[in-house]
Amino acid sequence: MGQPFIRFNDVWLAYSPALEAQGHYAVEGIHLEVDQGEFIAIVGPSGCGKSTFMKLATGLKPPSRGRIEVDGTAVNGPLKISGMAFQAPSLLPWRKTLQNVLLPLEIVEPHRSRYRSMRAEYEVRALALLDAVGLKAYASKYPWQLSGGMQQRVSICRALIHQPKMLLLDEPFGALDAFTREDLWCVLRDLWSTQRFNVILVTHDLRESVFLADTVYVMSASPGRFVARRSIDLPRPRDLEVTYTQEFSHIVHELRNHIGALRTQADATDAH
Amino acid sequence: MNRKLERASPWLLLIALVLAWQIICSGFQVSEFIFPSPLRILEQFAEHKATIAAHAWRTFWVTMAGFGLAILVGVLLGFAIGSSRLAYSAIYPLMTAFNALPKAAFVPILVVWFGIGVGPAVLTAFLISFFPIMVNIATGLATLEPELEDVLRVLGARRWDVLIKVGLPRSMPYFYASLKVAITLAFVGTTVSEMTAANEGIGYLLISAGSAMQMGLAFSGLVVVGAMAMLMYELFSALEKNTTAWAHRGSQH
Repeated sequence: MGQPFIRFNDVWLAYSPALEAQGHYAVEGIHLEVDQGEFIAIVGPSGCGKSTFMKLATGLKPPSRGRIEVDGTAVNGPLKISGMAFQAPSLLPWRKTLQNVLLPLEIVEPHRSRYRSMRAEYEVRALALLDAVGLKAYASKYPWQLSGGMQQRVSICRALIHQPKMLLLDEPFGALDAFTREDLWCVLRDLWSTQRFNVILVTHDLRESVFLADTVYVMSASPGRFVARRSIDLPRPRDLEVTYTQEFSHIVHELRNHIGALRTQADATDAH
Repeated sequence: MNRKLERASPWLLLIALVLAWQIICSGFQVSEFIFPSPLRILEQFAEHKATIAAHAWRTFWVTMAGFGLAILVGVLLGFAIGSSRLAYSAIYPLMTAFNALPKAAFVPILVVWFGIGVGPAVLTAFLISFFPIMVNIATGLATLEPELEDVLRVLGARRWDVLIKVGLPRSMPYFYASLKVAITLAFVGTTVSEMTAANEGIGYLLISAGSAMQMGLAFSGLVVVGAMAMLMYELFSALEKNTTAWAHRGSQH
């Protein structure tokens, strides 16, 4: 096991100094240790601070208190070794699919300075990624010519093109229908099992989290705290069929109870 | 059938208007000094076509020079204003005040500085037409969706990268829209300057034909300027469709 790859040590975040002075934190006391190559999922009710957690993990926001370490070094700013996909695919509409996937290589060093000379090789890499998600034939199409699910697949390819060690997904399948979602779960599962980067998946879909992750963390309502940690020891490789087994439902039910408990707590406090 | 009718409709309307004009002029025996009929305009156009062509060419290249300058300055200033809040607060109010001044009033001043002729014409065209370009580029940059920006920010992109890779391409539809407005303004600027401070160009032609009571010639001049402005407008429209097709998907039939 060795050193954890990602470590959050008693991390707190308030959105502004004024809020911090009042003691209003968005997330509190986050403690997390993730091994290399581990797939973790974070679930919680709306507005609990999941996206805030993402901002901390990507280095977009520094913590108000506590320390975040990735790959042994403290996180001070956006990490080059991470890729991120959001709920909205946000593909640039004036670029074709292939150009969209190549975008991170135009930004991140060392690829940026070698871009001209390595262009052909990068394109091959991009096409391989698109092929892995089944979109090789759409490389010269524009984003509006693709469906929502396809755009989201392209977005994930874009997040992986620069071979990050860490993939962060902020409710990436939230806007898709249930069947497309299950398709993309399998796509993500396959990409991860071949390349074994770390994944942090933020989602509100419990089945998604149990199907994909090694460990699921449940976050409380704002201010967000981790209230539960569940290791998912279902054997891999996991087929969609496993989602209909008793064991699977049991785990989902358990997680649901945690979240249920949070909501009744919140209701009870509101009632006063 | 519908498609063809749509495409032909502006021409049909134009022909209808010209016919109506001709009928009114001939029917009511309107004096040609007041309101020349289309036939009379055509006559004088054919008679003086060499002179008209020379003046038209002069107006055209002078306008293009001023317009080119307007694009350069408009884009640079628009970029500065759209990308920096400080620049925005500092420059924008002064620009608006400047834009409110009628540029025709500038011409005598420009004449004192640059003499009669090309100088004031180019500069008036420039001064009157750079503002829409500047405003549109600034708006395009300032209204950049945060979602698009985030995609680059998580990679550690600098502000410059975001502006060049996402902001400017995102602003191209606004840019072309402003070009279509600015080119018509540029022609106005040139013509106004030529009317008071030049010996050549359509503006000068309008004044001299007017004072010689050759209304047919004056109207020919107007038609020529209108045609040139329209041509340039259509050119930018075509460029716009070719380069920013991604932004016009909603209006496809």
